[in-house]
Amino acid sequence: MTDVQMPAGDQAQQDGPMLAADGTTLKRSLARSLRRRKIQALMLIAPLLLFVLLTFVAPIFDMLYRSVENSIVSNTMPRSTTLLKDWDSATGELPGEDVYEAAFYDLFLAKERKDHTKLGTRLNYERTGLSSMFRQSGRGMDKIADAYLDPLKDLDKDWDEAEPWLDLMGDADWVAIAKDARAEEAPNFVPNAEIVTLLPNTVEAYAEFQTFLKEEDPRKRLGREEPWGLVHIALFNDLEQTDVSAYSGPGADRLAEASQLVQSGTVDIPTFAMGFADAHDGWVNIEIWRTIQTYSPKATTGYFLNAVDMKLTPDGAEFRPEKERVYGLLFSRTIYMSLVITFSCILLAYPVAYLLSNLPLRQANLLMILVLLPFWTSLLVRTSAWKVMLQQQGVINEVLVWMGLIADDNRLALINNQLGTIIAMTHILLPFMILPMFSVMSTIPPSYVRAAKSLGANNWTAFWRVYFPQSVPGIGAGSILVFIMAIGYYITPAIVGGNTGTFISNRIAYHISSSLNWGLGAALGAILLAAVLLLYWAYDRIVGIDNVKLGG
Amino acid sequence: MAVMSETFKPATPLKIGAPGALGGVIGLFVGVANGSALLGILIGAGLLAVLAYGSMSLGNGQERVVRWVILAAISALGLILTGTMGLVLGLIFGWLFGWFIYWIGEGRYRAHLAPYLTSGQVLWHYGFLLICAAIFAFLITPILVVMPLSFNAQDFFTFTPEMLRLDPAGYSLKHYRDFFTNSEWTSAVANSVKIAPVATLISVSLGTLAAIGLSSDHVPFKRAIMAILISPMIVPLIISAAGMYFFYSKIGMQGTYWGVVLAHAVLGIPFVIITVTATLVGFDRSLTRAAANMGADPVTTFFRVQMPLILPGVISGGLFAFITSFDEVVVVLFVGSAKQQTLPWQMFVGLREQISPTILACATILVVISIALLTTVEVLRRRSEKMRGMSPG
Repeated sequence: MTDVQMPAGDQAQQDGPMLAADGTTLKRSLARSLRRRKIQALMLIAPLLLFVLLTFVAPIFDMLYRSVENSIVSNTMPRSTTLLKDWDSATGELPGEDVYEAAFYDLFLAKERKDHTKLGTRLNYERTGLSSMFRQSGRGMDKIADAYLDPLKDLDKDWDEAEPWLDLMGDADWVAIAKDARAEEAPNFVPNAEIVTLLPNTVEAYAEFQTFLKEEDPRKRLGREEPWGLVHIALFNDLEQTDVSAYSGPGADRLAEASQLVQSGTVDIPTFAMGFADAHDGWVNIEIWRTIQTYSPKATTGYFLNAVDMKLTPDGAEFRPEKERVYGLLFSRTIYMSLVITFSCILLAYPVAYLLSNLPLRQANLLMILVLLPFWTSLLVRTSAWKVMLQQQGVINEVLVWMGLIADDNRLALINNQLGTIIAMTHILLPFMILPMFSVMSTIPPSYVRAAKSLGANNWTAFWRVYFPQSVPGIGAGSILVFIMAIGYYITPAIVGGNTGTFISNRIAYHISSSLNWGLGAALGAILLAAVLLLYWAYDRIVGIDNVKLGG
Repeated sequence: MAVMSETFKPATPLKIGAPGALGGVIGLFVGVANGSALLGILIGAGLLAVLAYGSMSLGNGQERVVRWVILAAISALGLILTGTMGLVLGLIFGWLFGWFIYWIGEGRYRAHLAPYLTSGQVLWHYGFLLICAAIFAFLITPILVVMPLSFNAQDFFTFTPEMLRLDPAGYSLKHYRDFFTNSEWTSAVANSVKIAPVATLISVSLGTLAAIGLSSDHVPFKRAIMAILISPMIVPLIISAAGMYFFYSKIGMQGTYWGVVLAHAVLGIPFVIITVTATLVGFDRSLTRAAANMGADPVTTFFRVQMPLILPGVISGGLFAFITSFDEVVVVLFVGSAKQQTLPWQMFVGLREQISPTILACATILVVISIALLTTVEVLRRRSEKMRGMSPG
């Protein structure tokens, strides 16, 4: 009742709770109407909020996710990364044969899916040379497998043919359909029941091969492709343990022959470690195994550490060598140049804003057009204008040469350096400084300065001690706005900045579109985003986002 | 003050010295260009001092005649020395000299100032105006320089000697012809025209509804919602572009028309929200209540009462959204593919790779369009202020 002020309140209190027209208590009725209006307002906002969340906030979070995401290593090498967890790199010994065997299976499958080069590219960001090592190792995996296939092939050529394998592995009915099947309706692999009990590993490897074929191209005729090396290895392992003399199905002779060969122990099979050493000498380098182990987890701080010139090593994070540090320089340059741009904007904007706020309205409006026209003009137009002005053969240099102030062969280098970026961006961001300053200055009453002067202050004192402190909020608002915009600028530095005048945003664009190191680009972006949000928060605290004015 | 200024007469050294100094400064530049700075200063200063002395001794009544004579003499000198361009410069400087001599000599420079100011303060006042003029020149020159250059008959980015002589042969419309016939540029314009209005429509319709919702006093989490809706304006474009590139590729919208349209629509939303909420601050809610009271349903109330009053805000928000999309290049570079190459993209590529002056023709056209837009927004703003003045409260 206290929140409803009614003239009839006294009387109502005597008669009990006040009732609304429909008989409920007024309090409840009001609460219900309030709730209804709340829902109404939210319903109006909801479509837009949903839209912004889906098309803008989700992409930003996706980028943040990418800056730590690292599942490619463990997805491509699931077996070996699991085993590597238990490997203690500090002992200085290479991983055991089990790790090499797991790595063989991982890489063999990756090679078939052509994923091994992607993994190589990913790990190459952390250690140069890994890209070519993984690329070359693809062929090495085939060689390891060939050590198993070759003795079989010597026995009987059919071991390297597609159809004999199909006959041996598949259920007779399935084989008949599969061989006959036209493209689309190729049925899933059904193993021969007898073989499953005899050669379980081989069947499993073969089934995996069939699934892979189907995934790769579902319309491929079965029985056209000879199985991959993993099947031969599985056959070897099975034959070592099982006696196949009882088997009498298709290919029984070949199987018996092969079994004899394997059991005789005359085949010389190298270890996986030897095969790997053969494929690339990086595989016997403990540092490379350490790198793989360090980047095995699904999430990594590696990109962020890269972005601040550090490196994730087995012993924790450490700084890169001096000459490899780029990003610290780039971040400090971005901040330094944004500060210079902000200060030049303050210097240029202050007199103009002062003049505009002290002129009569008509004249001020006219002059305001000179501020608003650049503000409304396309950014690309202004950037191209500055390119035209600042070039070696550009307008400024031509005028200076024509006036004889500089020699023709000694033209000023105004573009493709920091100076070019600073000049062009000061011009582009100047309206964003003038407008907030102007709106603050026009609220300062002129009588304060007059009062100061009549009390004996000279012009400078009256300005510095009375006027200037009142205009500081305008400077603050404009500065934060200009700094926020400058720190994330991309287009203008890309065109007039050359090599030395570019910002961190140009590096982000480079990583996303040229070097394709998306994780690093995302990490740099996340750091920049954090800086901007911090400034935005400060801006909101100082100025209030509701006070942003557009177009004067 | 008027009385004071009439009685105020500057001392003779100032009458002659100030024009002399102006002549010296101009003479310095002319002199440097012709090889001897000192000679330039001396000739310039001497010429102006003599002119000032002569005109001042002729007395006040002859002002009009004297100024015409100075104008004619200097223009003739310019025409003889350097041709058409000299005539133009002569006209400008001849008028400037005549005006300056009398402005100083008759003490007119003090006419609008408080009579108690010291000479130093007067000097500072005009020095300050000069500084401001220089800053305004810095603001506007790049935009003005582009315009004449776009009529260059050569494929240069700078003024050719023919252009400086104002020779008609130095000018041509060929870059404009290229802009309107070259398929690269026309398809870029077509893409921009296809993308920007649709993006604007989405941001204006969703944004206006949300702004009306936000203007209600009963919205929970108002600050958080506002922060989310404004965020596309705050987050640096390169970050938005990167995030959208990753995300839109994942859902198969990268390189599609709708991907670009949605990205541009979301970038325009903060502008619509800000302008429309600003208009709604001055909106008198009792008008909607009155409409409801007279039996209008909410939809009628919205379209017949609320919409006409907030229309100026909606339109200027829409213009901002349109400009945002029409001028946007970073996001479209990442989210779009070659099929969605917009005008700013084409300009960006042109500036980075093959530099063709067609860019300047395009830039000039865009400047003209932005002048038109600026005028529209100004007119709308005034109209909105007038309307707000009419409504009670």
